[in-house]
Amino acid sequence: MGSQFFLSLIAGIFIGGAAGYLGTLMLSKRMALAVCPLGHLALPGIALALIYGFDVSLGAFPFVILGIILIWLCEMRTKLPMEALTAIVFASGVGIAFLFLPIEETETALVGDISRVGFWEVVISVVLIILVSSVIKKIYPQMILINISEDIAKAEKINVKKYNFLYLGCIAMIAALGVKMVGGLLTAALVAIPACSARNLSRNLSQYTFLATFFGILSSFFGISFFKLSNFSAGPLIILVSALIFLISMVFKK
Amino acid sequence: MSEIILKVKNLNVKLEEEEIIKELSFEVKEGDVLTILGPNGAGKTVLLKTLLGLFPYQGEIKWTKEVKIGYVPQRLPFIRDIPMNVEELFKLKKISRKEIKETLNSVGFGEEILDKKIGNLSSGQFQRILVVWALIGNPDILLFDEPTTGIDIGGEETIYSLLAKLKEERNLTILLVTHDLSVVYKFSNYVICLNKCPICQGVPREVLTPENLQKLYGEEVKFYEHHKH
Repeated sequence: MGSQFFLSLIAGIFIGGAAGYLGTLMLSKRMALAVCPLGHLALPGIALALIYGFDVSLGAFPFVILGIILIWLCEMRTKLPMEALTAIVFASGVGIAFLFLPIEETETALVGDISRVGFWEVVISVVLIILVSSVIKKIYPQMILINISEDIAKAEKINVKKYNFLYLGCIAMIAALGVKMVGGLLTAALVAIPACSARNLSRNLSQYTFLATFFGILSSFFGISFFKLSNFSAGPLIILVSALIFLISMVFKK
Repeated sequence: MSEIILKVKNLNVKLEEEEIIKELSFEVKEGDVLTILGPNGAGKTVLLKTLLGLFPYQGEIKWTKEVKIGYVPQRLPFIRDIPMNVEELFKLKKISRKEIKETLNSVGFGEEILDKKIGNLSSGQFQRILVVWALIGNPDILLFDEPTTGIDIGGEETIYSLLAKLKEERNLTILLVTHDLSVVYKFSNYVICLNKCPICQGVPREVLTPENLQKLYGEEVKFYEHHKH
C-alpha cells in the first residue's frame, strides 16, 4: 500500500506540475475554458476504458483529439464565443458518456482515481509528461507572441497554424493524463487554478511559469496526501487544495 | 531621386465575400511619410495588414528586395492579461540585451523600464514600447496603425514628435493609418484618402480639398473644416 501511495504521488506531482505550466499559456489566451469541454468530451472515452478495463488516459486521448477538431470546426464555422461552444460540447460529452457508463464507475469517470495507477502506467505518464513539457517549453515564446497578437506573430514570420496545432496537441495530452487523476469534471480546474494563483503573485513571466508549476505540484502532493489520510477521493481534494492556494494568493495579490 | 520602396497596383481585397479595398494603386518612396486617411471601416487597417501579407488579395504588391518592415498594430487587447515585464517582451524577438537597451535609449527610455510590468505601464509608455518593438532589427519602413488610439492629447503629441525625430535620425519611411486630419497636415508628405475605394491621393495641401473631404467623410467634413481654421 505504501508503494501504491508513492506511485500515485509521483504520477500526481508530474501531471499536476505540467498542467499548471500549460495553464499559464491557456490563461493568457482566455483558453482555460477549452480544457473544460475537452475534459467532458473525454468522458465517453473514459466510460469505454472503464467498461473494457484499459487505461482511462488511453480511452480519453482519441476523444480529446476529436473534441479539439470539433471545437476548432465549430468556432471557424459559427464564430460563436468559446463559452457558448463550451456549453454545447460539455453537455454532449456528459450526455454520451451517461448513455453507457456503468453507474458504479460514475465517480471514477467524473472525479478520477489516482489510487489505482500501476507501475508502468506511472512510468509511461512520467515519460509523456517530460516530452509534453519540453514541447511546451520549446513553443512557449512563440505562443506568447501569438497570444499577444496573431498579426504581430505573423509579421515576425511565425507559422501560427503550426504552433497552434502543437499547442492543441499538448492540451490534448495533458487533458488525457489529467482525467486519470481528477476525472472529466475537474480537468479544467487542474489546468486553470494554479495559473490563476500564480498570476496573482507574479510580476513577470518567469515567476508566473515557476509559481504555476509549483502550485500544480503542491496541490497534487497535498491532495493525494490528504486522500491517504481520509476517505475522500483524491481528485476533489487536489482541486480543493488548489482553490485554497488561490484564495491565499488573492490576499497577497500584486 | 529617392528609390521606390513599395509599389501597389490595382489592389483589391475581399474578406468573407465583402469588398474591403477596391482598385487601389500607389507608390511609396524612401523617406516618405505616407498617411492613410479615412473614416472607421474604410479599410485602412486591412490595407496595412494586406501589405504585410496577412490577408489574401488580388493585384500587385511589390516591396523592394530585402526591405525590413516594422509593424505596430492598433490594439493589443490581451497583452495586459499576461504578467510579463518589458524585458521579457523584447526577448520574444530573440535579440541581445545590448540592442534592446540601445533602442530603448533612442526613444528616451532608461534601463529601469525593463523591469516594469507591461500591465503597469501608462498608455503613452506602452505605445512608445511598441515603437521600440517595431524599431528593433533596424527596419527600413514602419507600418503604424492609429498610433494614438487610447492615448490622451499630450501623449499624442509625444508619439508624433517621437516618430518625426526617429524618421530624421534613422532615415525611416513611415506608413501611418489615421482618421485624424491634423496629423496628415503636420506630419506627412503624401496622403491616400480611402473609403473602400480610393477617393484621392497626393500632397495633403493639394488633394485635401473640401470636395474630396466631403466625399471621404460625408457630413463629418464640417467639423474638420471648422477645426482647421
